[in-house]
Amino acid sequence: MTLQILVEQFFNGLQLGMMLFLMAVGVTLVFGIMRVINLAHGSLFMLGGYFLAEAAERTHSLLIAVPIALAGVIVIGIVLELVVLRPLYARSHLDQVLATFGLTLMFNEAVTMVWGREPQYLSVPEFLDGSVEIFPGVPYPIYRLAITGVALVAGALLYLVLNHTRIGALIRAGSDKREVVQALGVNIGLLYTLVFALGASLAGLAGMMTGPLLSIESGVGDPILILTLVVIVIGGMGSIRGAFIGSLIVGIFDTMSRVVLPNLVSGTASAALVGMAVYVLMAVVLLYSRTGLFSGARG
Amino acid sequence: MPRSAARLLFYVALVALAAAVPLYGDVFYTRLATQILILGMVALSVDLLIGYGGMVTFGQAAFFGIGAYVCGILTLNGVESAFVAWPAAILAAAACAFVVGALALRTSGFQFIMVTLAFAQMIYYFWLSLRQFGGENGLSIPSRNTLGPLSIESHVRFYYLVLVLLIIVVFLSLRLVNSQFGMVVQGIRDNQRRVAALGFPPFRYKLALFCFAGAISGLAGALMANQTNHISTELLSWQQSGNFLGMVILGSSGTIIGPIFGAAIFVLFQQIVSDWSQHWLFFFGLLIVVRILLFKGSILKFLAPSREPSAATAATAGAALPPQMPKAETLP
Repeated sequence: MTLQILVEQFFNGLQLGMMLFLMAVGVTLVFGIMRVINLAHGSLFMLGGYFLAEAAERTHSLLIAVPIALAGVIVIGIVLELVVLRPLYARSHLDQVLATFGLTLMFNEAVTMVWGREPQYLSVPEFLDGSVEIFPGVPYPIYRLAITGVALVAGALLYLVLNHTRIGALIRAGSDKREVVQALGVNIGLLYTLVFALGASLAGLAGMMTGPLLSIESGVGDPILILTLVVIVIGGMGSIRGAFIGSLIVGIFDTMSRVVLPNLVSGTASAALVGMAVYVLMAVVLLYSRTGLFSGARG
Repeated sequence: MPRSAARLLFYVALVALAAAVPLYGDVFYTRLATQILILGMVALSVDLLIGYGGMVTFGQAAFFGIGAYVCGILTLNGVESAFVAWPAAILAAAACAFVVGALALRTSGFQFIMVTLAFAQMIYYFWLSLRQFGGENGLSIPSRNTLGPLSIESHVRFYYLVLVLLIIVVFLSLRLVNSQFGMVVQGIRDNQRRVAALGFPPFRYKLALFCFAGAISGLAGALMANQTNHISTELLSWQQSGNFLGMVILGSSGTIIGPIFGAAIFVLFQQIVSDWSQHWLFFFGLLIVVRILLFKGSILKFLAPSREPSAATAATAGAALPPQMPKAETLP
């Protein structure tokens, strides 16, 4: 293990962390305002990848394909919110997670009906192909740097919208006391749809950008969703700051443990430990605080 | 009491019906029925947690898988007696449930769902990464366990064994939820603070129930390993945990035996739909979503022991057990 490998893995961790952040923002906003855990969020990630692969093949231009695919994911998100999630807001936790689980099953099969069971591949756009030396002796793919950058910009935009616009103020208020927001004459239903569409677009964006790094296939978003839930447990539910810091912790811890652990522990035990590392981290955080690191903190 | 007599008759008829399945002659149906009973056993344990403990767990497949793996590994290493391998599977699953439960029960509500899901995924990755036990390919077992001098290689004999074990599990579970322990647990479900104020530590009661449910799933896992002679990593996947929740919802929660019907719906649905579409999971997802959106209450609620929530809480206060009051049926 050399310093170069550590630096490279750190950047990979940063990139995974930012991907997780894009996912976690949607889940935590939807939870904060609608009090629903949406297990179908991983499906929106997957649909982002499929839509982009299809749109790119038809238009041969990323500049046109990305907005089309993003719009597709947002439309699906809005329909989901209106048709399935809205009747669930007043229901039990069991009904909510199970209905969104059922949606995940449906989406995972629906994509195989449309695109077949063969995985779809997205190629890295030409202008982002290649690598740069980020550290002496560490060539790093430009594409990975670019998606980390895009995710950071998306996060910054989100921060601006939430903290410096009227809509953002309403979302934050809704997350604190939705009854009061409603009583003040705000169309809370519209706000719900808006928040869900926002979360869907970020999940779709994450799926599109991760597309070239992994093959897009049925269920590709599910492990990422579960990792996102770990992020939220660690960061604290409903907190965007917690989602950000939790994402970075999980992303960097996960990738670093994959290079560090095999050097510390030998044999098959290390393989088992690597797979479990993030969850052990979650257990440690739960022992330290029942509600995660940043619950209650709004930001 | 005519109501309880009717329920007894219902149970007897069910057992008779289940016992008659192998008489049909086709071993395919016997195996299918065995699968229903095994999955039903896990769904029952999930119902104990959800319907009685108020703990919505999204990770029961992990304990199911642990039971299967422990039984399989022991069998492969020469421990072929079911009297050793199955209790070991039960103990291992219960021990893991103790550790997972002790951590997960520090949380509640949505966080509990997420934490159980995450720990189940951890256990899934654990088995997936162990190449000596098959890794992603799962673990194949050459033969079934032996029951002392008795062989259970015959599918019919194995079916009856599973049926007897399931009846024992149902009996124990019914006894448990109607015991003082069960009253306390249901009281915690309805109002945790009040029960805590009465001097019952909620954490310990919930953890005990969590371990009991884990033990049942571990037994079911050992049976599953014997049923298929192959442990697939699918057994521990998060979809499997979700399927168990689906069985509970389809069969009605808080009823102990409802989820076994749910398992029957699941298995038969898979069999029938996959005959004309390879996308049966799409339709199963649709079934769950439609079931939840259209019907708010339980379908088989009449199976539930009829006690008002307040009566359950009152019983924890040391009051005499209330008589079984007939309750208005809440059929959709």
